[in-house]
Amino acid sequence: MVPLAYYLVLSAVLFSVGMTGVLVRRNALIVFMSIELMLNSVNLTFVALSRSLSSIDGQLAVFFTIVVAGVEVVVGLAIIVEIFRSRASVNVDDVDLLRG
Amino acid sequence: MELILFIPAAALALAGAVGVIASRRAIHSALSLLLVLSALAVLYLLLEAQFIAVLQVIIYAGAIVVLFLFVIMLLHMATGEPTVGGLRAQRAAAVVVGALFLAGLLVVLVRPQTAAVLVVGPGPAFGTAEAVGRALFTRFLLPFELASVILLVGIIAAVTLGKARPPEGRGVS
Amino acid sequence: MASFAWTIPLWPLLGWLLLGTLGGRLPRRVVSLVGCGSVALSFAASLLAMLTFPGEPQTVQIFSWIAAGDFSVAAGLLLDRLSLVMVLVVGGVGLLIHIYSIGYMAGERAYSRYFAYLNLFMASMLLLVMGSSLLVLFVGWEGVGLCSYLLIGFWFDRERAANAGRKAFIVNRIGDAAFLVGILVLWNALGTLDLRTIAERASTLSAPVMLTASLLLFVGATGKSAQLPLYTWLPDAMEGPTPVSALIHAATMVTAGVYLIARLFPLFTHPITLLVISTVGALTALFAATIALVEWDLKRVLAYSTISQLGYMFLAMGVLAPAAGLFHLTTHAFFKSLLFLAAGSVMHAMHDVIDMRRLGGLAGPLRYTAVAFAIGALALVGIPPLAGAVSKDMILERAAEHAAAGGSVLPLLLGLLTALVTSVYITRAALHTFLGRPADPQTHPHEAPPVMARPMGILALLAVFGGLLGAGLAGAPLLRFLAPQFGEAAHVPAAAGGAAPTSVATITSPLAIIVAVAGVVVGLVAYRGRRDPDLGMWGRLARSHFGFIHLYDGVFVPIAKRLAWTLAGPVDLGVIDRAVNGVGALLAGGARGLRRLQTGYVRHYAAIILLGTILILAYWVIR
Repeated sequence: MVPLAYYLVLSAVLFSVGMTGVLVRRNALIVFMSIELMLNSVNLTFVALSRSLSSIDGQLAVFFTIVVAGVEVVVGLAIIVEIFRSRASVNVDDVDLLRG
Repeated sequence: MELILFIPAAALALAGAVGVIASRRAIHSALSLLLVLSALAVLYLLLEAQFIAVLQVIIYAGAIVVLFLFVIMLLHMATGEPTVGGLRAQRAAAVVVGALFLAGLLVVLVRPQTAAVLVVGPGPAFGTAEAVGRALFTRFLLPFELASVILLVGIIAAVTLGKARPPEGRGVS
Repeated sequence: MASFAWTIPLWPLLGWLLLGTLGGRLPRRVVSLVGCGSVALSFAASLLAMLTFPGEPQTVQIFSWIAAGDFSVAAGLLLDRLSLVMVLVVGGVGLLIHIYSIGYMAGERAYSRYFAYLNLFMASMLLLVMGSSLLVLFVGWEGVGLCSYLLIGFWFDRERAANAGRKAFIVNRIGDAAFLVGILVLWNALGTLDLRTIAERASTLSAPVMLTASLLLFVGATGKSAQLPLYTWLPDAMEGPTPVSALIHAATMVTAGVYLIARLFPLFTHPITLLVISTVGALTALFAATIALVEWDLKRVLAYSTISQLGYMFLAMGVLAPAAGLFHLTTHAFFKSLLFLAAGSVMHAMHDVIDMRRLGGLAGPLRYTAVAFAIGALALVGIPPLAGAVSKDMILERAAEHAAAGGSVLPLLLGLLTALVTSVYITRAALHTFLGRPADPQTHPHEAPPVMARPMGILALLAVFGGLLGAGLAGAPLLRFLAPQFGEAAHVPAAAGGAAPTSVATITSPLAIIVAVAGVVVGLVAYRGRRDPDLGMWGRLARSHFGFIHLYDGVFVPIAKRLAWTLAGPVDLGVIDRAVNGVGALLAGGARGLRRLQTGYVRHYAAIILLGTILILAYWVIR
């Protein structure tokens, strides 16, 4: 008895929160976690619509999203560790070599 | 009836989300993320995506968050937020932009079509491991194989990046 | 026949290309061979074209040059009686002068550059007289102007030469500007620039349009042919090598204006135009002859003589005697280039001294040159049966008939007076250069080498016998050849089958001879023994060019200079440069501003991505 709209709104709010986190926080790890938050909100959308349209394909999308998110986290964290090793900082503002 | 389960789960998810982005210490953010993921797993169950819910718990909550925790500990994150000064007006601008974005999304998403109540599920076999697996190994075979390649690439990348550098003399970058 | 006609201007063009690029590395003999050989080939082609001429004009189109809407110009050559005469004169005299140059420029370091420029000139001049369209003619016109500049300033490290070249180009330009406007008027009125078409349809023009176009074209001719008031560049042009003076500034380039009027003759039949042309020509003739009387530089005397004789040619055009004008063009080419080559021989012998006050007594050591000069002088004066006499007489006859038929009597009077002054000044020049006691007894001049002497000899023969081309007794082959082109304006003499002369005309001939001889006698008496009598007020007037020098130096040149400085300073630097630099500065400033977007902060980039996404979202929502 839950309208689809509720799930979608929750998903939108989670996404926005995650977005704000990416923009506001300076700690690279927390930024990363915010990104995971965004990914999850999209997963929720997929699952909700899969149920609404009675198609299993939505859940397959979530499946692959989770797999790729896993890989992404692994590689991303490895990079963060690598950057930490050379700069002793995880402040995203310190990585500004692209400054023109 | 489902509403009774939905409301708390959603509330917990929201609380966890705010916690992720607002915690002072990184470890608190990680734990808040764990809360979000768990709440989402409940919501998946409500939406008859059993297999996905389990996957969520095992992989996301069980592996990814653990990885985060390990890295946080590895980097000695005693304090979460670096004390160096941030960018001017970034915070205010981010909030404004985020709000704008949310407004836009809501306008798109809340429509007569979506206001419909989710009807009784398509059947007990929907969302089971068997259903997902059947689709996975027939129609989604190619993405499945590609996913395994991606995993392989990820493993190699992680090992390569994470390798301890051999001890070198000074002067060599 | 027509298939090889286009090679006539091609050979010298190839010569220029070859000598201009590789000339410096080729041995002298090869340069001479190429330089003269190209002209020889061109002249041979012209002879062949003449011998195989079918009688009707032929047009050879080389390629379609401009095709823009309904404006199309073909790059083509026109081969008819008039152009054949011109290419033979240009090619023949040009060839002789090229050969002479081998000797004259023998000691010159930039030998190949000289021949390269000279070949380019020949190509341009031939293009000018063979062009089938007014625009092609104009290309040749500009080409000879360019070569004139290059050759006058050949010794460009001499300031006087460089200035003279620039002066020639600038004064020419004034005429060219009028020429261009004339071309525009003609195209606007007739829709075509094809020369034959213009000539055929000239009578369909309204009187004001014909008057305007013809006067504009005449101004252009005035610039190129050094008539009043655009004459000032020609005497200064004598700074260039003497063969250049002979070829360009006596025989060929300066006659381009005369050719233009002859070519488009039906266009120049408006009574006002004719009056202007004949008056300007007659006045210029007398004006220049007077100045020649007070010049001390032998080449400048000959330069003013050229201006004066060109005046005769325009006079002829103005009294509706184009064939006579062309006949005089031909004979003038013979005897004037002969005179110039003789002057060159004098310079060659006297180590480039040409001031007559430092010459004298050269008749002994330079006997051959002196005889050549004398022949040229007699032809110029108009002693029959030499060439110049026949042609000048013909012009004066026409002027007399014109006066008798109700036209102005000014051309005839001025023509006769000019003939008198002509005799005087050339006698003066001959006396001061060749007779009397040498100014500097220490010099030992030697005669010209054969490579210089033989062309002079050929020209002398032409100066003596060239009159036969138009003399009634010999059948007037030139005039009869041109007759179909000009109709009754060809004035074929009665003895050769033309109309009988009027009673007026029969007395001008003896009158002209008397005047000429009288002038020689006056000159011999006044300047015997290299005397220099004081001409008083007339001398002063002549030396100041009757006020023209003051007019130019005092009025026109300062105005032009002021204008030039204004345009260079406030306009070019202040406005144009600022605009161009401003655009650059604008772009640089814009780039600098945009650069500030690249902060290097990931969060900024993320924010901007989000902003873009919002915009897309908004667009979808609104649609």
